[in-house]
Amino acid sequence: MQKIEAIIQPSKLDAVKDALLEVGIEGMTILEARGHGRQKGHTEFYRGREYTVDLLPKVKLEMVVPDELADKAVQAILSSARTGKIGDGKIFLSKIDDAIRIRNDERGSAAL
Amino acid sequence: MRSRFCRIFLLFTLCSGCLAFAQTTAVPADQLARLQAQVAQAQSAADNSWMLVSAALVLLMTGPGLALFYGGLVRRKNVLSTMMQSFAMMCIITVLWALVSYSLAFDSGTAFIGGLHHLFLRGVGLAPDPDYSATIPLQTFMIYQLMFAIITPALITGAFAERMKFSAMAVFLTLWSIFVYSPMAHMVWGKGGLLNASLGGRFPCLDFAGGTVVHVTSGVSALVCALYLGKRVGYPREAMPPHSVVLSFIGACLLWVGWFGFNAGSALGSGPLATSAFVNTHFATAAAAIFWAGAEWIHRGKPSALGAISGAVAGLVAITPAAGFVQPMSALVIGAAAGAFCYFMVVKVKSWFGYDDSLDAFGVHGAGGTLGAILTGVFASSAINPIFKDAKGNVLPSGVLEGNGHQLLNQLIGVVIAWTISIVGTLILLKLVDMTIGLRVTPEQEVEGLDITQHGEEGYEYAS
Repeated sequence: MQKIEAIIQPSKLDAVKDALLEVGIEGMTILEARGHGRQKGHTEFYRGREYTVDLLPKVKLEMVVPDELADKAVQAILSSARTGKIGDGKIFLSKIDDAIRIRNDERGSAAL
Repeated sequence: MRSRFCRIFLLFTLCSGCLAFAQTTAVPADQLARLQAQVAQAQSAADNSWMLVSAALVLLMTGPGLALFYGGLVRRKNVLSTMMQSFAMMCIITVLWALVSYSLAFDSGTAFIGGLHHLFLRGVGLAPDPDYSATIPLQTFMIYQLMFAIITPALITGAFAERMKFSAMAVFLTLWSIFVYSPMAHMVWGKGGLLNASLGGRFPCLDFAGGTVVHVTSGVSALVCALYLGKRVGYPREAMPPHSVVLSFIGACLLWVGWFGFNAGSALGSGPLATSAFVNTHFATAAAAIFWAGAEWIHRGKPSALGAISGAVAGLVAITPAAGFVQPMSALVIGAAAGAFCYFMVVKVKSWFGYDDSLDAFGVHGAGGTLGAILTGVFASSAINPIFKDAKGNVLPSGVLEGNGHQLLNQLIGVVIAWTISIVGTLILLKLVDMTIGLRVTPEQEVEGLDITQHGEEGYEYAS
């Protein structure tokens, strides 16, 4: 099992969700996030005072998938979330030891 | 042809019959008196209904208008404490007004302050006082004026936002209302006041709805407060953007609506003068919003919502003294001037001097009020409001543009007196409160926020 964490542009959320459903990902968790990478923030003016806002709104998706689906999922995110501009986000992958369904104690891939 | 002749003949006979009747039977005197009383009653009913609505509109300016406007401009941790300061004025000044302040402002007294005959509202009944307004109950006049006394100290709270103790604020503004507002209101609007233009003042200063009494006093006192208290912790190094321009936006729009009561209500009746003030108020506000946002657009490349509403408030402030004296085209000019001038004061002058007038009470009310008071003397038109008359009752020119150059001097005298009483009074009262209960919260409390430390609650509870 692998965990996929993807930080994407909020405007791309629907496209990414659709692409993931298409490759057979059945569950995901979505968080509203703020942050920045190499992309710097923007400037705001309030009555002449200037503020630099360097934490920008992003969306973070988290999902745990069986190993055989991980590559497809990553490809789906890459193709649907890319605008080619700076600020498109990142994908992180990590190994997951186990998963447990709270309702009925199912373990491993069966719990996903 | 014949029938037409007959009809004309019949009409003629009828008319002459009526004439003969009117000549022979005079209306009985008591019937005439009853008719006159009924006409007076009808006018009083019309005037009184508008004045009660106006009083309610002016209260709406403080809460929720000003409370939302200021509340949105502070940081999230101070939203309730800021709104509470305006609300506290609605309660404290009301009681104070009933006990002493109304008398100090509107009893005859001296040229500088009213007497004590109306303490506890003694003699303030339902009969009109012809000196103030012959057609509405004196109690209507009293409650209407109270709403002005409420919003004026509430405006000052913008200068010391986010750092003053609630207790210190309450004591300071109570004293301020007694020792700064009441004398100033008396001088401009009270019987025999030094600056009263219609009730025998020595220097007749034109101030229709409170340019000097409300906006210069509050704005200048706000500057003194900002200088005396010092900057907020972290200012200007730390970012302190408004936590919700949306709240401020709603507040500013409510201020705009409420201001019709403030200015058009100051006609103290529902006649054409009220219309004049209403129209001028609206025109000046629109022009000022366009000029502030326009200046910003040129200067920064974008017209902001906060800029547009700040400009609107600046226009409302500047037209206040002029509302019932000028022509609509003059109102547009006054508004445009206020939008550009206040933008300059808030964006440029404040950063040059580096004082922390947190919500720009001085830049908008002090600067806009002063500009408006001076421009009133320039644009006042006797066609709108024939306030000056000679001994024979002939109308005299009002403003500089009509040839009354002297009026500019009277306006300046009014402005200088308002500045002086505000600076001196505010300094003394701040010193007094500072020495007794202290003005500022501790730096730790300031960082934690005034909502928690002063009131034990938070404006927004998300997880519940």
